[in-house]
Amino acid sequence: MSVTTNNAATTTVEVDSHTINFGPQHPAAHGVLRLILEMKGEVVERADPHIGLLHRGTEKLIEHKTYLQALPYFDRLDYVSPMAMEHGFALATERLLGIDADVPERARYIRVLFSEITRILNHLLNVTTYALDCGAITPSLWGFEQREHLLEMYEMTSGSHYHANYFRPGGVAKDIPAALPEKIHNWARAFPAFLDDLEGLLTENRIFKQRTVDIGVMSAEDAMAWGFSGPCLRASGVAWDLRKSQPYEVYDRMEFDIPVGRHGDCYDRYLVRMQEMRQSMRIIDQCLAQMKPGPIKIADNKIVPPTRGEMKRSMEALIHHFKLYTEGYHVPQGSTYSVIEAPKGEFGVYLVADGTNKPYRCKIRAPGYAHLQAIEALSKGHMLADAVAIIGSLDIVFGEIDR
Amino acid sequence: MVDALEEAIRAALADRVPVTYGRARFGHELVLHVHREALLPLLIVLRDAPELDFAQCMDICGVDWPERPERFDVVYNLLSLTRNARVTVITTTDETLPVPSVSLLWPSATWFERECWDMYGVVFAGLDDLRRLLTDYGFEGHPLRKDFPLTGHVEVRYDAEAGRVVQEPVKLTQDFRSFDFLSPWEAMTTLPGDEKVHLNRIPGLAVDGTKGDQK
Repeated sequence: MSVTTNNAATTTVEVDSHTINFGPQHPAAHGVLRLILEMKGEVVERADPHIGLLHRGTEKLIEHKTYLQALPYFDRLDYVSPMAMEHGFALATERLLGIDADVPERARYIRVLFSEITRILNHLLNVTTYALDCGAITPSLWGFEQREHLLEMYEMTSGSHYHANYFRPGGVAKDIPAALPEKIHNWARAFPAFLDDLEGLLTENRIFKQRTVDIGVMSAEDAMAWGFSGPCLRASGVAWDLRKSQPYEVYDRMEFDIPVGRHGDCYDRYLVRMQEMRQSMRIIDQCLAQMKPGPIKIADNKIVPPTRGEMKRSMEALIHHFKLYTEGYHVPQGSTYSVIEAPKGEFGVYLVADGTNKPYRCKIRAPGYAHLQAIEALSKGHMLADAVAIIGSLDIVFGEIDR
Repeated sequence: MVDALEEAIRAALADRVPVTYGRARFGHELVLHVHREALLPLLIVLRDAPELDFAQCMDICGVDWPERPERFDVVYNLLSLTRNARVTVITTTDETLPVPSVSLLWPSATWFERECWDMYGVVFAGLDDLRRLLTDYGFEGHPLRKDFPLTGHVEVRYDAEAGRVVQEPVKLTQDFRSFDFLSPWEAMTTLPGDEKVHLNRIPGLAVDGTKGDQK
């Protein structure tokens, strides 16, 4: 920028302002974020995120698939917490079908169990890569090992490491294996020590605190206006958790606390996530203790497939199976906005059904979308390196933002 | 709870804004239908009335109904933390009539409205940043409209000779397969004498529940 002053001798002053293209291929952009930063020296003046580089047209594709075929797309939204995404769609479909009250208790416990495993999966990845952004390498090396233990549980149960396709409308795909509770107990014995180690590395770490305390401060009012939810909203001091305030599944039977921050800065967002992992462990414990044997999906074979054994004997079961996997089920006309407390915040599915076997419209409300939008408000006046810490603290995953 | 919320909204509006009250999901969700000219007054009351306090605009999205004269629904999903309540506000528009932007009420609306413009071509009056958001630079068309083909119109590839990414018309080696499950010969959703299965599954739907089955 050049400013011409009107002195006797005209001089041109060069102001040090330039534009930086942050990403789309930048390790700290957490995916394909192209962030146009207008800098004044090393201070961010404007931040303009360009998103959509990972846009795959999920919503359009879902309109052309049956309800059952649409489910796996949800794994691929927030690929750091796949089962939580499935949960949102399964709930919305069940509510439109009018079968949400019939889902068996064991299925609800399994869903809560895996929702919380997923929450730990998500927070492990976020906290440790966030620390990596701020210059600490060790946490991510440790964290990925712990994630692997949890992903093994995914694999034992659903048969897949990441893209589980496990929560189905009407229940879950299959029962958990008999060895899973034992495996979870073993893991749960060792995990608190890991969390202590992780906190030992970060919480009082001078460099980490210098990079995060008082960076990217969001007041409670601003956080609400920007549509924040989940840990980012709680870090700003709003004790709001959908698991408590609008309980779904069996969360109303669980005892857990909602960690709340006070300052709304990057450091509080980190602290909230660390505490949430400990709370999730409490919920997992209670789930395993309260869970009783029983059916894991509803009995109506017009919606959930019959067992393999039945299909060998019963013609009707065979027909049901064939019809389910070709035509699928028809969902009566209606609409719903169903939400769950995903690890990143409020994950909503606005589902419109027109009575056919395909969703008429499926809008996916991703928590990270609203968080990323606030990046200009958060990073204005901060240094370039702080923008990196802010992106890390918001827990951005482009699968869900670009859809 | 939904009825109490409707009463509170009626009281706060005091007949100043014409609103049609509805229910979704078997009466569990409150839906307000409003003309787009009355949208801003309604949303301002919803946000600012202390007993309502819908401080969060969680989602805005479009829905396309091509057979209607005003083909687009614009759907606002609001959340009140103090009241622990949600409300869905729906207004309609077509390709040209602008919907007032709510980005001044909730800054979070900016991207939702940009996405709605990008995907459906709904114009928002007063939104100072009406750029595309999710689609590619230089993209043409509005992909979530029902008349936009699933495969799109162009595909991109890197041209080694030209040394850049080029756009070409989509060439499918196999036709896109779409099966008709709606005509009764292809799939009868309820067999004669089997109606009870559907009626029993959804309480309250017994009246119009057979609508989709009599085609």
